[in-house]
Amino acid sequence: MFDGREPIYHQIAEAIRGEVLSGALEEEDQVMSTTQYATTYRINPATAAKAFAQLVDEGVLYKRRGVGMFVAPGAADRLRAERRKAFFTERLDPVIREARLLGLSTEDLTDYLTTHAGSVPAATDTSEEGR
Amino acid sequence: MNGYAVSTENLGLSYGRTPALTDITVNLAADRIHGLLGRNGAGKTTLMSVLASLRRATRGTVRIDGQDPFENQSVMENVCLIRESGDLLVDERLKTNLTFLEGARPHFDRPYAESLMEAFRLNPRKKPQALSRGQASAFGAIVGLATRAPLTMFDEVHLGMDAPSRQRFYNELLTDFAERPRTIVLSSHLISEVEHMLETVTILHEGRLLLSGEADDLHARGATLTGPAATVDQHASGLQVVGTRNLGPTRQVTVFGDLDEQALEAAEHDGLQVGAVPLQDLFIHLTEPQPEEQAS
Repeated sequence: MFDGREPIYHQIAEAIRGEVLSGALEEEDQVMSTTQYATTYRINPATAAKAFAQLVDEGVLYKRRGVGMFVAPGAADRLRAERRKAFFTERLDPVIREARLLGLSTEDLTDYLTTHAGSVPAATDTSEEGR
Repeated sequence: MNGYAVSTENLGLSYGRTPALTDITVNLAADRIHGLLGRNGAGKTTLMSVLASLRRATRGTVRIDGQDPFENQSVMENVCLIRESGDLLVDERLKTNLTFLEGARPHFDRPYAESLMEAFRLNPRKKPQALSRGQASAFGAIVGLATRAPLTMFDEVHLGMDAPSRQRFYNELLTDFAERPRTIVLSSHLISEVEHMLETVTILHEGRLLLSGEADDLHARGATLTGPAATVDQHASGLQVVGTRNLGPTRQVTVFGDLDEQALEAAEHDGLQVGAVPLQDLFIHLTEPQPEEQAS
């Protein structure tokens, strides 16, 4: 945990986004408190609070005063829509570039997609981001 | 209760003619957890002793909550330094020590101290000299937590504790800090264990300030580049290289400074692995007498 170069609060926010996308956290589910985060991952409570603040800004979480943080209605759909926008440029373009280097043609790629895409299991956790 | 802000300006202290601290200027904001790191003899304990008014600075100024703390009772009773030695009434039972602290410390929470004694399995009827090193450390930690001082400094307190006790101490510290924010200064050799608890990091080296800043910034200023030696060298040129390791044809360099994220992406694009530098590694590199030529 927390071995990337990104600030830790980014990594926590990304892990929560991943849980919302995968359905591990559903709408109106309560997320762990900053204190629970702090003791579970041995991080400063302010770091967890920063991650929460970022997710509140993005509309992924919302705060119920005196109760805690909850997953906002529509959070998963919103995250999915945002990631769709970035998917082709950020994820697929590097794959295409790599394929070129290896001498694979566009046809090789489309062939693979048509024969294999259906049999790839769904991700259960998309929080893997480290580099 | 609010935590105390701490600042020093051009602070210096000499033992006779030997300088222990030279020109230390730091600002530690209130209500945060600050890390104070340094090799043995770097001046950590001396600095904390000055902040706790156990010693008087030879030069420069110290401000705690905006005041000079030296012989200033209203500040000093709210500043708690826990040293490994314990600073206890050694001939009195632990519970008598608690009674004494209750009278001396305005925010001391006795029921909390007693619950911690139970958690750490300390017998309140024992006297300090009957405690093992680990138990003495644990009692120090308990005193530091339950004193709830607006400025609380732990000087390597947890060194004597075993791993489960240290974990309990970290958990208690984080939980209590979350509920009652105050200014905490933590000095430790076990950097990897406390790294992510720290909001700021101050590193002393040979009595001088090496750096003091936000932990996140420090984290962003370090990177490792790993790959074929020539490619690594090409991307590391112009950067401050603080460590180099060679494994056959593969080279890993640790760079530190204002890193250009686009340049790092370019390095990744050229097939290099770009990684984070754990604080402990960065600390070792930065305080190494000769950081280069670490072939292994």
